[in-house]
Amino acid sequence: MKEWIFTTDHKRVGISYLVGSMAAFAVAGTMALLIRMEQFNPGPGITDNPHTYNTWLYFHGAAMILAFLIPGLTGFAANYFLPLMIGAPDVAFPRVNSFSVMLFWLAIVLALLNFVIPDPADIMWTGYPPYSVMTEGNTAWYVFVVHMMGFSSILGAINFLTTVIYMRAPGMGWNQLNVFVWGTVTAFVMQLIFIPALAAAVTLLLFDKYLGTHFFDPAAGGDVLLYQNIFWFYSHPAVYVILLPALGILFEIVATMSKNPVFNYKACIYGGFWGTTLLAGEVWIHHLYVSGMPDWLRIGMMVSTILISIPVGLMTISLWGTLYRGAITFNTGMMYASGALFFLLLGGLTGIPNAMTVVDLHIGETSFVHSHFHYVMAMLATFALIGGVYYWFPKMTGKYANEGIGKLGFWLNFIGVNVTMFPLMLIGPLGMPRRYYDYPMVPELAPMHHLATYGSLIVLLGMAITLINWITSAIAGEKAPLNPWGSKSLEWTHTDSPPGPGNFKGGTPVITEDWTPYNYGK
Amino acid sequence: MRRVYMALQSLAATVLLAPLAFASEGAEGGKTAGGVPLASNGLPNPSAGWDHLWEELMIDLVVIGVLFGGAALYMLLKYQAKSPDEQGTGPRLSKVQAIGWALIPAFVFMSDDLFLAAKGWSLWSVYRNPPANSLEVKLTAVQWGWSYKYPNGVETDVLRFPSHKPVVLRMTSEDVIHSYWAVKYRVKEDVMPGRITYVWFNPVNEGKAYVTCTEFCGTGHSQMYGDIISMPQGEYDAWMASQVAPAAAPAPAPAPAS
Repeated sequence: MKEWIFTTDHKRVGISYLVGSMAAFAVAGTMALLIRMEQFNPGPGITDNPHTYNTWLYFHGAAMILAFLIPGLTGFAANYFLPLMIGAPDVAFPRVNSFSVMLFWLAIVLALLNFVIPDPADIMWTGYPPYSVMTEGNTAWYVFVVHMMGFSSILGAINFLTTVIYMRAPGMGWNQLNVFVWGTVTAFVMQLIFIPALAAAVTLLLFDKYLGTHFFDPAAGGDVLLYQNIFWFYSHPAVYVILLPALGILFEIVATMSKNPVFNYKACIYGGFWGTTLLAGEVWIHHLYVSGMPDWLRIGMMVSTILISIPVGLMTISLWGTLYRGAITFNTGMMYASGALFFLLLGGLTGIPNAMTVVDLHIGETSFVHSHFHYVMAMLATFALIGGVYYWFPKMTGKYANEGIGKLGFWLNFIGVNVTMFPLMLIGPLGMPRRYYDYPMVPELAPMHHLATYGSLIVLLGMAITLINWITSAIAGEKAPLNPWGSKSLEWTHTDSPPGPGNFKGGTPVITEDWTPYNYGK
Repeated sequence: MRRVYMALQSLAATVLLAPLAFASEGAEGGKTAGGVPLASNGLPNPSAGWDHLWEELMIDLVVIGVLFGGAALYMLLKYQAKSPDEQGTGPRLSKVQAIGWALIPAFVFMSDDLFLAAKGWSLWSVYRNPPANSLEVKLTAVQWGWSYKYPNGVETDVLRFPSHKPVVLRMTSEDVIHSYWAVKYRVKEDVMPGRITYVWFNPVNEGKAYVTCTEFCGTGHSQMYGDIISMPQGEYDAWMASQVAPAAAPAPAPAPAS
């Protein structure tokens, strides 16, 4: 136990992130089930107290984003695989890395305590004032969780950027990096630039609520929109902090399982990943389309938002092109990746109406938006992460995950999330707002809510099967060879399963000029 | 800033929209202004314009979606490995091909984007410019309800208006942020303390509709809905007279309109 808590080994830190983020996922997922059950019919359902329901909504959103998706991708996946992919024995600052994961665990514990304190936070993950200042809920709880997660991420960002810049294997050039490495690098660049904005916003919230300042209080000359502007200046890039590493994992799986090089690598990296990073900080007003911002700003950011489709389009073309004339093997990892491609398409395309200011005047803040970001962010990233765990399972454990149970879990999850989220997309424009405890004004939408609730129960079954499969396979799975998928990437070709201390037995691999992690067919 | 904005807007409209406006007017034969349908009262009908734009968007999305989705499905099924050692034979791009595969898709996406943005912008201009002779009502939001105040000082919690005249709401909140969504009229805008925002709509038809709050505002968030009623002018006048009458009586005088 001690060697896991105080470990400085990047692989153990990674596993620690995985366990923590899966715990957060389980609790936040349970909240989602409760939300779905409450919305099953109009009127009070499993609770007759809307406040209780609001605390579920708060926890679901905040924990899924801050404690599951971001740490799952930039904590677990980056920690475990990035040093292996670039041929490094560990990260640049292993002790700082150890401190990062401790902060993360502290934040998780603090977040979970929200269920036992007498006045739990009920301010949604966005925490807009004046509500978050006026509520009797414990806003400080939210602020301190954000602070700790933020600290943890900033330390991680410095650590990983240093690692990639200084610790690549001898001879490894920038155009020989795995796409996942680029996904992590761009995500951490954004974390480094934008987290301080979020930290400032929530700290001012803390001052307003507990120290009597008036930053967001119009009665004393403050401005309620100031918070929303600073908050989304971070929180839109945060979407890409989740999307880019998730796409990175998809590229790893798709390239390896198709035995093809990544199609148009440079356009994908410099146009797609860096283009998205460049635009990330210029689009936040699209979260404030109906917030009374000046008209010119809403139109200006409509154009910048809509231009995001260019880098995302380039990454999409690269993903699709990598399949072209491939030699595709459908294992569980590849099935999750294919599912995620579908979510990318549906979630990306439904982003276009959301990006248009005038269209948002009707569908903004409805369950259409709710469904859109679940497809493009939540479901895509979760499927990428689960697919990644299946893909790297033989590397982490030395054993195969059970394929039959894995595929059964995939179909349950894939059908389940679609049955949940697609009906919610349809009822948004028909008059279903987000974050509703009850919907007495549109009782005719109940059948769609029934469907969505049944879908969420299917997901529960799928996720339970997936988790059980991982645990039983890790203990008693069939032994796997070192490179079962025939990958060309360093984490498969040059390390044990699982890799020992220092990662590379025969010393750091030396990279030749014609090597790439995707040089299939050579 | 406003002048620059107007200049930019007319420039973009001229370049991008002129042919479109002609095309759509020619095709439908109905009266439009900048692609937005006009209602029987001769004023633009934003919600009809919204529905039209939504339809076009859905066609655009379905076409792209079927194209990409079909391609993915085809490749996933067609290029399956026959043996575990088989390698893919994906194309190695030359420098020119690589640049082409970046620039051409970028150009195509950008054209589609700007095309949509221009359409959105012209409808947006209609949404943000209330006609001159609108019925102007003040709206105040509180946790958890809406109250309206007419120019003559009458206050109600159900909005009634004549069906042929556009309605503008000047909105503010007394406590937290709310958002006013008139579902039938395809419009919403946040209602905030310390700021005044507005929405307008052209009622066109008679009938009852609902509005509801779409910005999280506490335990009563989902109960913050109410009726808005579009009625014939005569009925509206009679209703307004019945509201004004008690105020005219000597009994406890309500605060006069300021």
